[in-house]
Amino acid sequence: MSSVYSEIILDYYRHPRNKGTLDHPHIKAKDSNPLCGDIIEMQLELDGNDSVKDVRFNGQGCAISQASASMLTELVKGKKLDDVRSISKEEILSLIGGQLSAVRLKCALLSLKVLKTGVYTYLGSMSNSKEELSGL
Amino acid sequence: MIEGLDRYYREYNANVFRGVYQISEEATAAYETARKRIAELINAKDPSEIIFVRGTTEAINLVAHSWGRSNIGLGDSVMLTEMEHHSNIVPWQLLARDKGAQLKYVGISDEGRLLTEEFHGYLENGGVKLFAVTQVSNVLGTVNPVREMVREAHRYNCRVLVDAAQSVPHIAVDVQDLDCDFLAFSGHKMCGPTGIGVLYAKRDLLEKMEPYQGGGEMIREVHLYEASFKDPPFKFEAGTTDISGAIGLGVAVDYLSKVGLRNIRNHERDLTAYALDKLGKLKQMRIYGPADPDTRGGVISFNLADIHAHDMASLLDEDGIAVRSGHHCAQPLMERLGVAATTRASFYLYNTEGEIDRLVESLERAGRVFKI
Ligand SMILES: Cc1ncc(COP(=O)(O)O)c(C=O)c1O
Repeated sequence: MSSVYSEIILDYYRHPRNKGTLDHPHIKAKDSNPLCGDIIEMQLELDGNDSVKDVRFNGQGCAISQASASMLTELVKGKKLDDVRSISKEEILSLIGGQLSAVRLKCALLSLKVLKTGVYTYLGSMSNSKEELSGL
Repeated sequence: MIEGLDRYYREYNANVFRGVYQISEEATAAYETARKRIAELINAKDPSEIIFVRGTTEAINLVAHSWGRSNIGLGDSVMLTEMEHHSNIVPWQLLARDKGAQLKYVGISDEGRLLTEEFHGYLENGGVKLFAVTQVSNVLGTVNPVREMVREAHRYNCRVLVDAAQSVPHIAVDVQDLDCDFLAFSGHKMCGPTGIGVLYAKRDLLEKMEPYQGGGEMIREVHLYEASFKDPPFKFEAGTTDISGAIGLGVAVDYLSKVGLRNIRNHERDLTAYALDKLGKLKQMRIYGPADPDTRGGVISFNLADIHAHDMASLLDEDGIAVRSGHHCAQPLMERLGVAATTRASFYLYNTEGEIDRLVESLERAGRVFKI
């Protein structure tokens, strides 16, 4: 059985990339996994073309939740929001590698869920404000 | 236990107290025999002091509702401890919120023992109507000196509820000796079925308590605008109860009594001493709770280096070892310990020293995987 705890996962767990907070994020979202107590917050800063200029995650929890959040930040940097929106579960799981049980799958996908919630909320508020503008 | 359940459903699957037909009488007899066995197990004065509920959680909610609502008022307090399970915290929060009552928490030492000065202090300050305490902590394993605390609380007219979810399955519990007013435990932690549990309460308290739920079985007479109720325990068992569960629990109690609670306790004590010694030798191992196996039960919570409890549980699972990981329904205690989660190994009558050796091997492997 290939353990999910590869060198890469441990490296991201102990030396997380893009961990922390941004001064002026456009997008901010946070969620937790009540079963495990894993907590993840994601912050994104956008450039004029709705591309991800900078990104941070913050949180605490198991190696899988924290490493996958850190890997996700590297994946989204420089991407257009529309492309961020379409990141699939499978992409995250292939980054992590190894077999995960149903319960641990939630740990692995928490950061993606948080990220998408943030992006959807942002896009939703943009389109609302556009409608408001056109209604004037 | 499984055969007991099977026999009920195959041979005399009928409601209790209702039918006049024979299998209903058989079901009633089996249900009441189970009640009697349980009364004997904890040495209750009378089987009518045993109420069948869903589990510890429902037992505590029953007390909060039926006793708490009439006995705890504005400005009164309920005293708890920092090591309680959520099921012995949240019902009291709800009651306190409704009644304008206060909650007081007896703290714990770094070794995981109750701070008795705080306990005395709260009693002396007055207004404490109930002390609700776990007899054995499900996280730390600490066995609390419940007998002495009951005596002290009674001097201040404070009633005592004992959460015995982790004690009745593992140590000999005698409610008359403890002299506690209420005691709650669950079937599924003592080789019994899920969804069945017990509330013990002193008869004189039960007689004065309001019903918990209204419905069939708990009534004497019902008219359009009023009803009169049966005597305890039936007054607190509204509707069709978990008959098969109660019968199954009775069989489990028979089994545990046959093995003997003292033998079970000795076996667990030896395993705990062995495990504390072996685990304690691992590098970067942090074990929570008292170090002395004589004053703790068979649960050992730990963290190894920076390995998160959920990662640890996954790694041990790969080796076929089932442990609990997380906050163990005791978030306030986790906060007190300053950790997000722990891994917990627990022992029962069927565990062996060989299995603890396997646990240690698996922990060593986890250490290698995480390169600590
Ligand atoms: C100390 C303690 N109290 C209460 C409970 C709750 O028991 P139940 O879920 O069976 O109602 C548990 C079980 O997890 C426990 O360990």
